Amino acid sequence: MMGFVLRRVLQMIPTILAVVLIIFFIFSVVPGSFLTSLMAEGRNMTNADVLAQMNAQFGLDDPIPVRLWNYVSGLLQFDLGISYRTREPVTSVLGPRLWPSVQLAIAAMTFAAAVGIPLGFMAALRPGSLFDSLTMVTAVSGLSVPEFWLGLLLMYVFALQLGWLPSFGYQENSLRHLVLPAIALGVSPMALLARTTRAGVLDVMNADFVRTARAKGVSEPRLVRAHITRNVLVLVLTTMGLQIGSLMGQAIVIEKLFSWPGIGSLLVDSVSVRDIPVVQGAVLVIVLWFLVINMLVDIAYALIDPRIKVA
Amino acid sequence: MLNRLSLAAALTLATALASATSALAQADTPQPGGKLVFVAPYGGSITSLDITATPHAQDEIVAKAMNASLYSWNADTNQPELELAESVEKSADGKTYTYKLRDATFHNGAKLTADDVIYSYNRLGDPKRALPGAEQILRIAGAAEYQAGTADSISGLKKIDDRTVEITMTDINDPGWQLMSNFAPIYSKDYPEDQLASKPNGLGPFKLANYVPGAKVELEKFDGYYEEGKPYLDRLDIMLMEEAAARDVAFRNGEIDVNVLGPTQYAAYRAEPALAENLLEVAEVYTRNIGFNPKVEAFKDKRVRQAINYAIDKDLIVTKLLKDKAYPAVSWLPVSSPAFDKDARPYPFDPEKAKALLAEAGYADNLSFSVTAQPNESWGIPIVEAIIPMLARVGVTVTTDPVDGSVFSDKLLADDFQAYIWSNSSGPDPLHYLRCFHSKTPQSACNYVKFSNPEFDALLDQAGAEPDHDKQTALLKQANNMLQDEAPVWFFNYNKAVMGVQPWVHGLKPNSVELAIQDYQDVWIDDTAPASRRQ
Repeated sequence: MMGFVLRRVLQMIPTILAVVLIIFFIFSVVPGSFLTSLMAEGRNMTNADVLAQMNAQFGLDDPIPVRLWNYVSGLLQFDLGISYRTREPVTSVLGPRLWPSVQLAIAAMTFAAAVGIPLGFMAALRPGSLFDSLTMVTAVSGLSVPEFWLGLLLMYVFALQLGWLPSFGYQENSLRHLVLPAIALGVSPMALLARTTRAGVLDVMNADFVRTARAKGVSEPRLVRAHITRNVLVLVLTTMGLQIGSLMGQAIVIEKLFSWPGIGSLLVDSVSVRDIPVVQGAVLVIVLWFLVINMLVDIAYALIDPRIKVA
Repeated sequence: MLNRLSLAAALTLATALASATSALAQADTPQPGGKLVFVAPYGGSITSLDITATPHAQDEIVAKAMNASLYSWNADTNQPELELAESVEKSADGKTYTYKLRDATFHNGAKLTADDVIYSYNRLGDPKRALPGAEQILRIAGAAEYQAGTADSISGLKKIDDRTVEITMTDINDPGWQLMSNFAPIYSKDYPEDQLASKPNGLGPFKLANYVPGAKVELEKFDGYYEEGKPYLDRLDIMLMEEAAARDVAFRNGEIDVNVLGPTQYAAYRAEPALAENLLEVAEVYTRNIGFNPKVEAFKDKRVRQAINYAIDKDLIVTKLLKDKAYPAVSWLPVSSPAFDKDARPYPFDPEKAKALLAEAGYADNLSFSVTAQPNESWGIPIVEAIIPMLARVGVTVTTDPVDGSVFSDKLLADDFQAYIWSNSSGPDPLHYLRCFHSKTPQSACNYVKFSNPEFDALLDQAGAEPDHDKQTALLKQANNMLQDEAPVWFFNYNKAVMGVQPWVHGLKPNSVELAIQDYQDVWIDDTAPASRRQ
């Protein structure tokens, strides 16, 4: 197992390096810079001398190869650089945003799994029934509804009309503030999980070994629990892994709508003012999150299905 | 006539609303205690708690609550006034000011001294630190040399004693215009600089209680604040919410106490009596305009620039697109400026005159240009799209060059544009902001249209050297009117900033510099506030 983990960690390095290089070169060639973004508010706040001094301070007047070398060599020492915007180390800027992002991604996935998997399962056990049709209509709607609109709808109903939950904001250790953004973010993966589970269960139910088990007189509850569920879990887990892995990056709209201080909203703010060190740091966090989650999913495969070996 | 009427109506309405709001705020006796949840839509998040490191409006909101500067802006008189000094004496030549400092205390308990003032301004101008707020102290004698690295410190700053500081300026104009800036606060010289962003130590009415980056800043009353009995509030939460719809829900739900409104919400709030009676409105010192680059041959001709001003029905755009959340612009200086000429009228909508001027200039049907624009609903791409058919009717073809904020500034600095649409600061200091059209002001500073007119320069130079305030104002008024005639830009509108305020909130002021930046020490809430605010 340890060998597998080590191998996967080593495999991450070229992926991370490639992402870092791509981001670096994209922002080296796109027009606009941090300094010019300072003028965008139209407040005549910076004169040419100050701009030149800032340019030198941040090393923005260095040639691209020098900047790349500085960045990569810093990265090798776990130094992500200094944020142009806040003038603090990038790690200090990213740190406080990480837990809210993780919290939101986990809460959204918990909601998605808690609702989507049972729905898909029950729909598959009664194929063609009214329940099945309703579940699939819900799933398709969940996949197609814009998150922004859904978020507003949730705010309107649960905050403004019913007064049950706060409409926005983040408060440490407050589940009430987490509920609405988590549902808004979790509806799409919930719908996908419901569809995937249903398809997986239907597929397994038609498999030879299930027919054989039924012929041998295995009861339906035992058949579902011991044979179908276990075989469907690999597919469900794969879907969950991919979804939770990408939720951190996908949460941008929801974070903005609910004023949630996650990595996604930080990334958008940093891109708009070309705070490149923070953009690189935020992308790195999102990529790492995705890679680590997928590694954990691979490990989980082995625990669920002994035929899969990770050693 | 329509322009004349609408401007007169706008001015009357603005004055009436401002007066009514002030009167309402003063009607009751302030009550101490409680919490205010103040929300603004600017930027994505608070950038830094050290205001000297950032030039953004959202950071000013927090800075104003925690820090104090030598001067402050009086929103009622529309003038800068002494803040951290009890008195000031001006030398005979009008350039040297001797300040007697207040007995003020920093949040960490240290007393304000002359050394703090000298340290703060030297720090701001330090070329090694490259702080954006350096702009504010450049009129102090020796600041330019210090910034250029040819001096060790700013020579125009001198300590007389612990409570007295002398500041020498490079000209005779009121130093308050720049030294009132929230970007030029007074910091303690003994406080560790590396803690300014995490544990700020100011002289303001509130001190930091908790900061959740990206979410909110929680402030609490500073008991050692120099104004006795203030601040009234015990706590002040400052948050940013970019999404207008989300802000609207939170405001209607009573979760937030103020809501800065955009055009769509402004129309909706005016339509609801309960919300309409608690709107705070002010003509902010921002002028929305389309700047003409004289590298386009046609724009060198004043008649062409004037023709464009005549050809666009700005009243229609203000009414239909901006839902009356703007005042049609007359010239550069906004209506709240002391040098705004209340008798001057905007260019009327007169397409025939526009056609005649274009024909006279030789551009009857062969002028085309692109307007570089950001996606802003009040002064961006939608406005360019609205003027395209209007200008087409007089034979001018316009296209849009859409860009984001950073690229926009890049193109302006590189002189890579034909025309741009923007919202620019045009106050409060009329001399400073008219200087953006002085021929000696570089394009990279703020003369984006490279305007050059010797008569205009002479008027501004004369105004800059005029010690008498009234005479100076008269000269600036003349210069502003000349600018209107020269039409280096299409004068579109002055921003009408609007804030929805909960009925239990009092003491907010129609601040024309920036409505969202308030004198928080004067704000209080009454008994009708929800329990969550009274705790």
